Amino acid sequence: MIKLVGLIPLFPLIGFLINGFFGKKLSKSISGAIACISVLASFIVSVLVFMELHHAADKSQVVEIFSWINSDSLKIPFSFLVDPLSTWFLLIITGIGFLIHIYSMGYMHEDEGFSRFFTYLNLFVFFMLLLVLGNNYLVMFVGWEGVGLCSYLLIGFWFKNNSYNKAANKAFVMNRIGDLGFLLGIFLIFTTFGSITFNEVFGKVSAASTGTVTAIALLLFIGAMGKSAQIPLYTWLPDAMAGPTPVSALIHAATMVTAGIYMVVRSNIFYSMSATASEFVAIIGAITALFAATIGLLQTDIKKVLAYSTVSQLGLMFLALGVGAYSSAVFHVTTHAFFKALLFLGAGSVIHAMGGEQDIRKMGGLKKALPVTFMTMFLGTIAISGLPPFSGFFSKDEILAHVYEHSPALWFVGVLTSMLTAFYMFRMMFLTFWGSFRGTHEQKHHLHESPKSITIPLIVLAVLSVGGGVLGLPEFWGFNNYIGEHLDSVIIRKNPSIMPHDTEWMLMGLTVISAVAVIYFAYQMFMKNGVLPVENEKQLKSWQKLVYNKYYVDEFYDAIIRKPVDGISKAFHKFFDIQVIDGIVNGVGSTVNWISGLVRKVQTGHIGFYIMAMVLGVIVILFTTLMK
Amino acid sequence: MINGIPINYYILLSAILFIIGAVGVMARRNAIIIFMCIELMLNAVNLLLVAFSTLHNDANGQVFVFFVMAVAAAEVAVGLAILSMVYRNIKSIDIDLLSKLKN
Repeated sequence: MIKLVGLIPLFPLIGFLINGFFGKKLSKSISGAIACISVLASFIVSVLVFMELHHAADKSQVVEIFSWINSDSLKIPFSFLVDPLSTWFLLIITGIGFLIHIYSMGYMHEDEGFSRFFTYLNLFVFFMLLLVLGNNYLVMFVGWEGVGLCSYLLIGFWFKNNSYNKAANKAFVMNRIGDLGFLLGIFLIFTTFGSITFNEVFGKVSAASTGTVTAIALLLFIGAMGKSAQIPLYTWLPDAMAGPTPVSALIHAATMVTAGIYMVVRSNIFYSMSATASEFVAIIGAITALFAATIGLLQTDIKKVLAYSTVSQLGLMFLALGVGAYSSAVFHVTTHAFFKALLFLGAGSVIHAMGGEQDIRKMGGLKKALPVTFMTMFLGTIAISGLPPFSGFFSKDEILAHVYEHSPALWFVGVLTSMLTAFYMFRMMFLTFWGSFRGTHEQKHHLHESPKSITIPLIVLAVLSVGGGVLGLPEFWGFNNYIGEHLDSVIIRKNPSIMPHDTEWMLMGLTVISAVAVIYFAYQMFMKNGVLPVENEKQLKSWQKLVYNKYYVDEFYDAIIRKPVDGISKAFHKFFDIQVIDGIVNGVGSTVNWISGLVRKVQTGHIGFYIMAMVLGVIVILFTTLMK
Repeated sequence: MINGIPINYYILLSAILFIIGAVGVMARRNAIIIFMCIELMLNAVNLLLVAFSTLHNDANGQVFVFFVMAVAAAEVAVGLAILSMVYRNIKSIDIDLLSKLKN
C-alpha cells in the first residue's frame, strides 16, 4: 500500500478536475458527492498506509513518482516521503477534510458557487497533501504555494464583496513575504548541502557551520511566520474570516496554518542545532500567543474570536517548537485541529441559524434552539480551555511542562495565554448560548437546528475533541505517550524530561486551577451581571479601545509600510515613469516622425526630379570609381 | 581606325548623342519626347558597341546591339500603350501632372 501513496493526492486532484471542468453541468448533489468521495478515498488510503507503516521495519520510505528536474548538479525527483510524521498529517488532513466536505454539503447548499467551492476545496486538499508528502523542499514548496493560492481563492470566494477581495489580497501578500524567506532558505540549503532532499540534507547538517544552520533555520521560520500567522505577519488570518465558514475551519484553523509547524518539525535538526534560532522561535511564539489572546478578549464577531484564538494557539505551538518539544507541538496541532475545526463549524452552524449574523452581541439564548450545536461547541470550548480530561488539557499541559523546563518566564506567558483563552472562549459561549435572545424578531423566528450533514461532523469532531487526549497521555502518569513514540524516528534530538513528578503535578494543578478561576470570573461577568461587551465604542476605557482596535497593528503597517511604498510609487510614477520612460518611448516615436518628415520631401512625385537624381547618382558613382 | 575614321570620333559622337538624350529626358515634360530621348540614349550606346565591335573584330558587340534593339522595340510598344492610357485618363501627356498615386 505504501507504494500506492501517490493515490492519496491523486483522488482530490481528480475530484478537482471533474468539478472544475464539468461542475456547472452537474447537479449539486453529484458535484458535492464527487468532492466528498474523493477525499474519503484519500482518507481510506491514508489509513491503510498508516497501518502498514506502523508495522513496517523501515520507518522512512521514499516513493518516487517521476523524475522532475534533472540538470547537472541539481537532481530533484518528484517523490513522496512516507514516514511517521507525514502519515500523521495525512490522517489529520484527509480525516478532518472529509468531515468538513460533508459539512459544506449542508452549509453551502444555497450558494450559487456550490461546485466552484468544492473545486477549490479539493484543490486545497491536493496541495496540502503534496506539502506534507513531498520528499524534498521543492515539492513541499509547490504544495506550500498551492495552499496559499487556494486560501486566496476561498477567502475571496464571495468575490462580489470588495472588502472580501481585499482580505484575500492581504492574505496573499502577507504569505508572499513569508514565502520569500522560505525560498531563500531553500536556496541556502541547496548552496550549502548541494541537495534539497530531506534525508540527504539532514545527514549532512552536522558538517555545516552553526552560523549557516542558524541562517537556514531563521529563513525557514520566516516562511512559517507567514503561513502560520505569527507576529509580525499574522494580520491576514483574522481578515481571512471573510471566506465561507467551512474554509475557516479547514484552511485557517485545522490544516493550512499548521503547515509552518509541520515544516519546522520536518526541519527540526536545524533548530536543534541552533540555539539562537530556537530561542527566537520560542520568543516569537510566546509573544504571538499572548498578544493574540488579549485581542481575542474584546472581539465581538464570533469568527474573529476564533481567529485570534487560532493565532494564539499557533503561537503556543511555536513556543513548543522553540523549546524543542517537537512531538508536543504535533500533538497540539492534532488536538487543536479537532477542537478548532469543531468550534468553527459550530460557529458556522450558529451563523447559519442566525441568517448570516456574526455579532455575538446580537445572539444569546441559542441553547434551546440549537441543542446539538450548543452541546458540541461546549465540549470544544472545554477542550480548548484545557480542562481535564479533554484533549486540549493534555496537549497544552505537555507543552507547558516542556516550556517550564526551558524557562519559567516563558511558562508564565503560556499560562497567562491559556487563562485568557479560557476567558474569551467562555465569554463567547455565555454570550452566544445563554441569557436572552438579543437579535431581531425575524431572526428569532428563523432560528433552527442545522441539518444532519452539519450536525454529524460536529458530533464526530466533538468525540475527537473529548477523547483526543489519549493520543498523548502524560508519561509521568505512567502511560505511554503514543505521539511521542510514533514520531520517535523523525525527531532527531530530544530532551527527555528530567523534572521531578511533584513539579509536574504542581504545574498541571496550577494551570487547571487558573483556568477554572478564570471561567468562574467570566461566568460572574457575563452570566450574573449580564455585561454586554462594547455596547458603545465611545464608553471604552483607553486600554480597551486599544485592544478592541487590535492594537492598531493594521493602521501601523498601513502607516509605516503601505503609505511610504505608495508615496514612493507615486513619486516614481510622476517623475520616472511619466518623464523618463514615457519620454524615451515617445521620443523614439517623434524622432522617427521628424526624420520621415524630412525625407518625405524628396518623394515629390515628379518623374523629372527622380531621373535627375538618378543621373546625378550615376555620375557620382562613375566619378568615384573612375577616380581611383 | 575604322574606315579611316579614328575611334575617338565615334566615342565623341555617341557621348554627345547620350548627353543630348539624358538632358532631354531631364528637361522635357512631354512624355513622347522623353521617350524619343530614351531611344536616343539607347542608340548612342548601340553606336559605341558597333564601333568597338568592328575595331576589335569581335561580333559579340553586334549581337548585343540586336538584343538592345529588340528589347527597345518591345519597350516602346509597352510604353506607348501606357502613354495612350495616361492620355485617356488625364487628357494630357505632361508627366508633371502624374505626381499623385491617387486620381
